[in-house]
Formats: sequence, structure tokens, C-alpha cells
Amino acid sequence: MRRNGVHFLVAAGLALTALLPAEALAQGAIKLGELNSYKVFPAFLDPYRKGMELALEQANASGGVFGRKIEIVSRDDNGNPGDAVRVAEELLSRENVQFLMGTFASNVGLAVADFARQKKVLFIAAEPLTDKITWQSGNRYTFRLRASTYMQTAMLIPEAARLKKKRWAIVYPNYEYGQSATAAFKALLKKAQPDVEFVAEQAAPLGKIDGGAVAQALADAKPDAIFSSLFGADLARFVREGNTRGLFKGREVFNLLGGEPEYLDPLKDEAPSGWYVTGYPWYAIGTPEHKRFLDAYQKKYGDHPRLGSVVGYTTVASAVAAMKRAGSLDSEKLVAAMEGLQVDSPFGKITYRALDHQSTMGAYVGRTALKDGRGVMTDFSYADGAKFMPSDDEVRRMRPAQ
Amino acid sequence: MSSLVIQFLNGLAGASTLFLVAVGLSLIFGVTRIVNFAHGSFYMLGIYVAYSIISRAGAGGGLGPAGFWGGILVAAMVVGALGALIEILLLRRIYHAPEMFQLLATFGIVLVIKDYVLWAWGPEDLLGPRAPGLGGSVEILGRPFPEYDLALVFIGPLVLGLLWLLLNRTRWGTLVRAATQDREMAGALGVNQKWLFTAVFALGSALAGLGGALQIPREPAQLFLDMGVIADAFVVVVVGGMGSIPGAALAAFIIGEIKAYCVGIGQVGFLGYSVSLSKLTLVAEFIVMAIVLVMRPWGLLGRQQGAQRIAAGARERPAAGRAMQIAVLAVAGALAVMPFVAQPYTIVLLIDILVYALFAASLQFLMGPAGLVSFGHAAYFGLGAYGAALLVKKAGLPMEFALAGGPLAAALGAVVFGWFCVRLSGVYLAMLTLAFAQIAWSIVYQWDQFTGGSNGLVGVWPAPWLASKTAFYYLAFTLCGCGIWLLRRIVYSPYGCALRAGRDSPLRCDAIGIDLARLQWAAFVLVGTFAGLAGAIYAFSKGSISPETLGIPLSVDALVMVLLGGIHTASGPVVGAAVLTWLQDTVVRNTDYWRALLGAIIIALVLVFPQGIAGFARRRWARSEAA
Amino acid sequence: MTILRGSVLVVSALAKSFGGVQAVREASFAVEAGQLVAMIGPNGAGKTTCFNMVNGQLRPDSGSVRIGGVEVVGRAPRQIWRLGVGRTFQITATFASMTVRENVQMALLSYHHRLASWWLRAAHLYREEAHALLARVGMADQAERPCSVLAYGDLKRVELAMALANAPQLLLMDEPTAGMAPAERIELMALTADIVRERRIAALFTEHDMDVVFAHADRIVVLNRGSVIAEGVPDEVRANAQVRQVYLGSRH
Repeated sequence: MRRNGVHFLVAAGLALTALLPAEALAQGAIKLGELNSYKVFPAFLDPYRKGMELALEQANASGGVFGRKIEIVSRDDNGNPGDAVRVAEELLSRENVQFLMGTFASNVGLAVADFARQKKVLFIAAEPLTDKITWQSGNRYTFRLRASTYMQTAMLIPEAARLKKKRWAIVYPNYEYGQSATAAFKALLKKAQPDVEFVAEQAAPLGKIDGGAVAQALADAKPDAIFSSLFGADLARFVREGNTRGLFKGREVFNLLGGEPEYLDPLKDEAPSGWYVTGYPWYAIGTPEHKRFLDAYQKKYGDHPRLGSVVGYTTVASAVAAMKRAGSLDSEKLVAAMEGLQVDSPFGKITYRALDHQSTMGAYVGRTALKDGRGVMTDFSYADGAKFMPSDDEVRRMRPAQ
Repeated sequence: MSSLVIQFLNGLAGASTLFLVAVGLSLIFGVTRIVNFAHGSFYMLGIYVAYSIISRAGAGGGLGPAGFWGGILVAAMVVGALGALIEILLLRRIYHAPEMFQLLATFGIVLVIKDYVLWAWGPEDLLGPRAPGLGGSVEILGRPFPEYDLALVFIGPLVLGLLWLLLNRTRWGTLVRAATQDREMAGALGVNQKWLFTAVFALGSALAGLGGALQIPREPAQLFLDMGVIADAFVVVVVGGMGSIPGAALAAFIIGEIKAYCVGIGQVGFLGYSVSLSKLTLVAEFIVMAIVLVMRPWGLLGRQQGAQRIAAGARERPAAGRAMQIAVLAVAGALAVMPFVAQPYTIVLLIDILVYALFAASLQFLMGPAGLVSFGHAAYFGLGAYGAALLVKKAGLPMEFALAGGPLAAALGAVVFGWFCVRLSGVYLAMLTLAFAQIAWSIVYQWDQFTGGSNGLVGVWPAPWLASKTAFYYLAFTLCGCGIWLLRRIVYSPYGCALRAGRDSPLRCDAIGIDLARLQWAAFVLVGTFAGLAGAIYAFSKGSISPETLGIPLSVDALVMVLLGGIHTASGPVVGAAVLTWLQDTVVRNTDYWRALLGAIIIALVLVFPQGIAGFARRRWARSEAA
Repeated sequence: MTILRGSVLVVSALAKSFGGVQAVREASFAVEAGQLVAMIGPNGAGKTTCFNMVNGQLRPDSGSVRIGGVEVVGRAPRQIWRLGVGRTFQITATFASMTVRENVQMALLSYHHRLASWWLRAAHLYREEAHALLARVGMADQAERPCSVLAYGDLKRVELAMALANAPQLLLMDEPTAGMAPAERIELMALTADIVRERRIAALFTEHDMDVVFAHADRIVVLNRGSVIAEGVPDEVRANAQVRQVYLGSRH
């Protein structure tokens, strides 16, 4: 009797869900859902939020979309994929948002991407760097803004190969981002310069690098050049120990992400000189589209933008552009609009490739220098993301069939 | 050869740092028996306060070495004073609560301090100045070695020496040692325990602050320090033997050197495979701890602990009374009709609550009736989640089988971990569970091809007939409900009673022929299975899993749920899981400083309900029935 | 000294040293069914060491302990309990979170190999047996009280009931009357002696209180500096010159 009761309840529940009327189109503002690890990675995400709010303000000032204002409902995902999925559920079912965007950590991004696939809802992944989100685990509903680990590593390869250094040492944070960067760097450099040798490899626990021991171990391997994908506190510790121990003397150093203000600024007058980095030299980019962004940002916040600001800004700009192009809030139409969508970003025009849903947003590649007691990028150029992709065939092979 | 010597020195500098963090914790535990989670927060505060002082008065302010070292000492004193304040205002009120309960209060402090630091110093990493006069390097065996690291190599032993003098050559030190060895005796000797505890807590906190402040020239002040440091500090304290200061020094030395050599040796060829030892640094300290505890159950220089007070006040009674039965049925009935009345998101939230309730109930079974505290309970949750996900993704099994296979994987893990753990007791046992959880975590985290590494696995969705939230809700409701009910039923079975008997008096158990170790081992497997079931349901409710499901934060969440609800009531974990999950969900939405608010709420709950919420309710109930 | 074949407990040539100090040397004695044997001696004589070697908590360096004809050296206390050995402790060890009845039920459940059961309610099993044991030690009226609130003398009785749960052939009691008022001591020992005789149990106990010893023990074993210096009925022991000298002599 009891079991039958349960069965009945399950059946009744199923029936009820099936009968629920389609979501009535909410009038008034268009709600967009945004989730991010604000409390776990505040250094990147505070500027990100500011960039996002700036873009939102601009979009609404110019009339919103379909004559309706846009509203962003933002949530903290606690840096945890499980919580992120719950928050995403909440955004969709309680807040009735049209689609999702945001996320910082790769594992959170991947979880929400798969959730979006399951729910058949558009998801614009802002920051997660993992290659998998558009390639191995790519799906129809997920698009990614930031240049991936692979792309940014590839941006450093031309310079690295040009130097013709034979002995390379590598240090990376011991998780997927560092592992992928290292694997991509080794493969790409080996192709460009077959006689290259990798003489040492150090995997440091994320956030807990033993700077002294690692610097010493790398120096002992007597490399000609070093490739690092460290960032944040690990980078600061490594730089200080490396400087004191003379690790960088007479050696070329490449550091992925090393030129991003988030990681360069805290080093103050100890920022390294002459390193090859990817990053964001906001103080020296002369393009009109960046100038417009910079002025608006500084006017609104009285502070300079970080890379996070650009990412936040462009994420919202992409969402707005997608809705305008789709002319509808229907998920399938939005996805169709996202494919091949062109967006005006502070870095210039970017395109979301139809092939793999990866945007062509690039990064600035240059060398670090000390100026007025702080680290800056010099001799930089913009590396367009479109030029640092594997061949289309390779991408097709990696991406699962839809 | 010379590189080995330099790495030895690197190891010593690391060991010195570890020792300074751990020694305060050891001192506090030795005397007050408080498992102080906030120790890492004191360390973090130390480095931030020192940063502020030194960048104003020290190198930046032109006071030179005096400003630098003075700043470090002042920072330590500020943190010490804060420690004293916290002890007087908060901890002093809850010394008589069951052991481990103070842990909950200190966890609240962790949350509050973290948000305070974010508010006061901002989110960006703050890299302090180098030490004036010690900013350069000296040549050792032809290699430049940082002067400051060399200074650290001496500062550790210096602090050890000063502490030794304080403890062995002063009257106060004698009292502290007496209290460490025998609290009751010290009390009987007329020691003013109140102020002794306050002083020890202040000293321990100041040492944590000192350890943090001394890192100023080596690493930036940042918001992750608290959690990173607390785990290290616990490991050192436990490996050395809790309450033993020379033990902490020895443990710090061993761990510091092992880590330095893991990095220094780097790649190692082994049977044709190339193994990167540097990857081991992720868990080196936990591997050391597991080995030490398996060989020496009381740490390297520790002494057998007195009986734990965890059993104090324990009185499992069938919740009896028709009123209570009706209440339980009413809650179950309300949950059963939820999908018809509640908003869709409420159902999502309820699924999380049900999953955590089962998870917390499994921990409560271990902590309450069996009297075995686990700091690494997430291991079984995660193994269940990964087991289920891998069966779907790699073996291609249908979801229904995977849901059964997940708990099995967790049970297997518990068979292995439990076998070692039941040979220990008290905090040592708890720390061994943590070590195993961390080792399991690091394997999942690094084994990219199989477990998806740090990214985890995606696409773990339920079978079509369970795809709707309502259907899945009923699945979770049925499985979690049955699980909790079964666990409760077992508490009153002969097996459950035997576990309680083992908690109450191992000596008597031995004298009536009860093979306690075997029963406790079975308890690990039992709760591992249920925690694994919770994990498997969780995986399918989220569609993806990542190593967080085995991580320390989830283990801590489970502890908080159990303690919040009440450790000796079967309804406790359910109440705790509901309250914590709901609080997190609501508080996060309503304020930017949700962590501080959550911490404050936890502290308030601790003060109002020192027996846990459900424990409190039961007492009130009993009183009103008696009246 | 003769050791009868039929003795329940036969200890022969037992020896144990701690770091060069010979705590027990070549101790031999026996306890027969229905007999209450006291082990006495001045502090440091080796009583506790000897006692703990018999109950399995300590492993002797050499010698043999046979219970009901079975060699028990090297067995754990809980294995020795399976041979039919009941124990009480100097400081009572009971299950504080349970009632008096549940305490005894635990011992009965263990005796009947029912501890692996995960389904039945423990409270419903062996109720009658538990009740009978509690009635025998005079604790029936307190069966439903939690052990944590009992008077010390009552706890001792609960322990005795638990020790009887496995229908023991041997009862080992370490300082059974320690911490009790004199009147209570006599009462408890009289009860114990009754039970031992009626159930034909062999009982060995250590004791400080000479009044208790000489009032109730059938035989007395006297230890000094690890050696058995005398063994016999109370009158023999009382008359033994060596005992008077090293033991009683030191007191008077």
C-alpha cells in the first residue's frame, strides 16, 4: 500500500510537471543570470563586476534590447561546481532569467556548461581557461569568451622559438590549467624547434609553492630559458625567491598571464624585467575602442581597469549583441545568433566561431619592464585569438558530435 | 652534492616556518583541548597586520630594521590580544560543552576573520617589503642563498628555546605543563584555570601571528592563507604528538625536509616510468602523517591521551513519545507533498538538503553513537560520487546501476581507511581520516585521464525517467529518508548498542568479549556506504562532479552540520543540514559579506544552543514533559 | 603446595619484568571451583601485575596460565572472556549512556553472539535473563536507571551482574571493595561469596582490606617482591612467620 502510494506520488508529480504551462514571457526588464566566485577570487572578480556593470549601464542608456531594459541577476557560486549548478537552477527557475553567463574556475565553468546543455539554455562562459569547455567537452549551448590556455600558450611560441634556446625548464601550478599549459607549450615548441630539450619540470601545489626550493631546483638544472604558468601569490613568491637566488640572471623567462595587472601590480617594484608574458597593458593601448572603454571605466570608478574588467564588460556586450542579432529570447535562436556573432570589445572586434563556439578575443603579448616603481608591459602587440587555434580539422576531431 | 645541501637549508627554513605556525596550536590544544580552527586565521591576521605596520613604519617609513622587527613583534602581540579577547568573550562560555563543540565556534571565527580581512585590506595580494639588512643573499657552496631564509633557520630554534625556558624555568610554565598532563590535577592544585586558559590561548595566538608576520618578506598577504595554513599546522601538531612542543619541532623538521627534497630531486626514473616527485608536494605532509600515525598512534613524541569527553552527556534514547513520532511523520508528509505546492527552486534546494542530511547523518552515526570523530568524511561522499560518475562515463552502465555502485566504491574506500583508523582514537583518529581523505583527493585531483583531474567529470545525468526535478526529488527523498531511518534504527540494534558501549568504556567492552576494533571498522564501512550513497545522488542531481566533493571544506561542512544540529540526537544532522544549507543559500543572496554573517550566526547559535539545535529542543522537550 | 588437577585456574611459574625490575617471579597458585581466593601483599608486591597476566591484559615473560585446562597466555582479554571468565574493575567500568538493564543486556548479547545483528531492537533481547541477573545482585528495582546516576556501591553490583552474564567458571575481581564504605564492603563480599558458592565459580580477587580478606576468602595467596611467599587457608596464612614478618610485621 505504502509503495503504491509512493508510485502514485511519483506519477502524479511527473504528470504535474509535464502539464506546467510554458514560462510566460516576463514583461518589463529582460533578466540575465550571472554567476561567479566573487568571494573566492575577489582580486579578479571585483574588477570583473565593475566591467559588467559598466557595460550594462551603457546598454540600458542606449535603449536596452527590444525597447526593454536589461537586468542582471548576479549570484555567488562559492567557487564550487555543485553550488554553481544549484545557483544556476535558482537563476533559471526562480528568477526566470533568459540565459546564463559568468564563471571563473574551469571546473565550475565545465559544470555549468553541461548544465546548460542539459537545460538547453545559452551559457556564455566568461573566464574559465580550460581548453575542454569548447573542445573535448564542448556543447551546442556553451560559448566561451576568454582565449583558452592553449591559445594563450600558442601566443608565446613564436617568440620562444625565435630565441633558439635549447634547454628549457618548466614550472606550473599543479592543476589542469598548469598541466594543459605545460603540455601545449612542450608540444608546440617541439614542433617549432625540434632540438629543444626540457631539462626540469616542477609542479607546485596551487597557492602553496615552496618558492625557494623550486627556484633552487630550476637553477640546478641549468636551463637556458624558463616557461612558467604561475600566477597570483605563487608567482609573487617565485619571483622574489628567483630574484634573490639569481635564477633569472642570463635566462629568458616566459610567463603565461604574467602581464595581467591582477598579477603584475602586486609585485610592485619587484616586478621582473624582460620577461615574455601575455597580459593587458591598459596604460599603453592606443586603439580608439580601448580608449573609449578606459575613459568610461575611469570616469565611473576612479580606478584603472584590470583584465577582469575587460572580461566582465565584453561578456555583457556579447550577451546584448546576441539578443539583438537573434531578435528573440528563444534559446535556440540565441544559440544560432551566437554562432559567428561579432562583438565590439575593448580589444577590437571579436567573433564567436561557429566551429567551436570559441571567441577570437586575443591577448597582448610583450615583455615586462619596470617603470616608476611598478611592472608594465613594453614592446607589446595584440595577438588575435583567431590566429592561434589548431586547424579546423583538429578542432572538429576534438569536439564531440552534436 | 652542493644542491642537496642547499635544499637541506631550504627545508630548514620551511621547517622553521611550519614550527612557528604549529607550536601555538599544540600549546593551545595541550592545555585547553580546543581544536582551534581559527589558528590559520590568526596566522593570516599576523601577516596582514605586520604588512600594515611595516609598510608604514618599517622599510617604507624609514625606521629600518627596528621598524621591521618591531612591527613583527607588535603584529604578534595584536593577534595575541585578539586571541585573549576571543577566549574571554566566546570560548570560555563553552568549555563545558561536549568536546569538538568549540571547533564549531572557532569555525565561525574563521568566517568572520576572513571577511574582516577582505573588508579591511581589500582583495588584492599584498606583497610586503624585504627585511631591511637581510634583503640580499649570501654565497653558500657557490650558490646564492637568501639571507632572510638563513635568519629563519635560526629564528625557529630560537623560539623553541625561549618557549622551553618559559615552560621549564617559570612557575607559569610549570602550571601549563601540569595542565597539559592532567587538567583535573591542575585544577585540584588550585590553579586559576580561567586565566591560565586565557593566557595560553593568547600566547598560542600570538605565536600564530608571529609565524604569519615573519613570512612578510617571503610571501604576499592573501586571503587563502588561513585554510592553507591550518591544515599544515594540524598535520605538524599531530605528527609530533599533540601538546608536545619538541614533537612539533621534530615533525616540522621532517615535513620541511621531505618537501624540499621532493622539489629538489624532481624527476625520478622508476621501473622505466618517470615520476615527478614535485607533484607529491601536494600531499607530502598528509602521506607523512598517515605513515606516522599508522606506526605510532600518538604521534612521534606524543603521550597517550586521556579519555575523550566526546561521550559526556551522551544519552541516546528512542525519541519515543507519540508527539515526536507524529512530528517526524508530519515532516515526512510535508516533504512528500512538496513538489505539488513548492516553487521549482525549493525542490532543487530540498534535494541538496536531503543529500546533505544523509551525509551528515552518516557522520553523526560515527561521531555520536560510535564516538569516532572523522575530519575526512568527504572522502566517502566523493568516492560515492566518483564511483557513480565513472560507472556511467567509463563503464557505460545505466544510471540505476551506477547509483548502487557509487556507495559500493565508497564502502571499499572505507574498508581500507577504516582498517587503519580504528587502531587510533580521539583527535589522532580524526586526523588520520583527514590524511586519507586528502590522499584520495590528491589522486582524484591529479589523475587527469581517469577522473578528469581538477576539472572533474561532466555529463553525469540521471536516467530519462528521473530527468524531471520532481521525479529526482522523490528518488532523493526515498533514498535519503530510508538511509537516515536505517541509520537511526541501527543505533538501537545490538550492533549499534555495542558501538555505544565501545564509546562509553573500551575497557569494559574488552572484558565482556566485544571485539571493538572490528565493530568500529564495520561502522566505518557502514557510514562510508551511506555517505557514498549521498555522494552518488549528489552527482546525478548536479550532472557533474569535481574534486571538491572529496575536499576539506566539504568535510568541515559535514562537521558543522552535525555539531550545529547536535551530536547526540539522531535528528541533529538533519536539522543541521537543513539550517546550514538554507542559511548559505539565503545569506549569500542577501549580502556581500555573507561569510561574516554566516560566521556570526554560527557563533550566536553556539552560544545559545551549546548542545546543538536539536539537542536543545530535546532537552526542552524532556523538561516540559517532566514538569 | 599442591596443585589439583581439577582446579579451574592454574597459574604456574609466572614471571614478568619491567626494564630489568622483576615484578613477578615464578608465581604459582591455583583456584578451584566454588572457592574464593584472595591475593594480598604490600604495595609493589606484584599483585596487579600478576592479576593482569591472568586476565590477559599483560603478557608474561614466561610461565603458564591455564583456565579450565586451556592455556591462555598470549590471548586477548576478550578471548579469555569467551572461556568463561567474568571480571570487575578497581574503578568501575560500565556503559554510562545506558541503563542498568542495558548494561547487563550488552554482556548477554555478547555472550550469545548477537552483536552483529543490525536490525532487531537490542532493548527487546534477553530482557528476562538480564532481569534475573540484576535480581540476584539486588539491583532489580534500579534496572531502568541510567548507570551515570548510580551510587558507587550500586555500580559495583552492576559490574558483578555483568561479570556473571557469561555463566563464568572463573571470576576475577580487582579490588572489589575499593572506594566503598565499610558496611557496604561486607555486604558486597557476602553477596559475592554466596554467588560463588551457589554457582560453583572459582573466584580470585585482590584486596587491601584485611577484614574483608579474612572474613570471606577460602584461601589466601600472599605475594612479596613478586614471589608467592605463602598460600593456604586464612588461619595458616595468619600463622605463617614469613607473612607476619614481611607483611603483617610491617604494619604493626
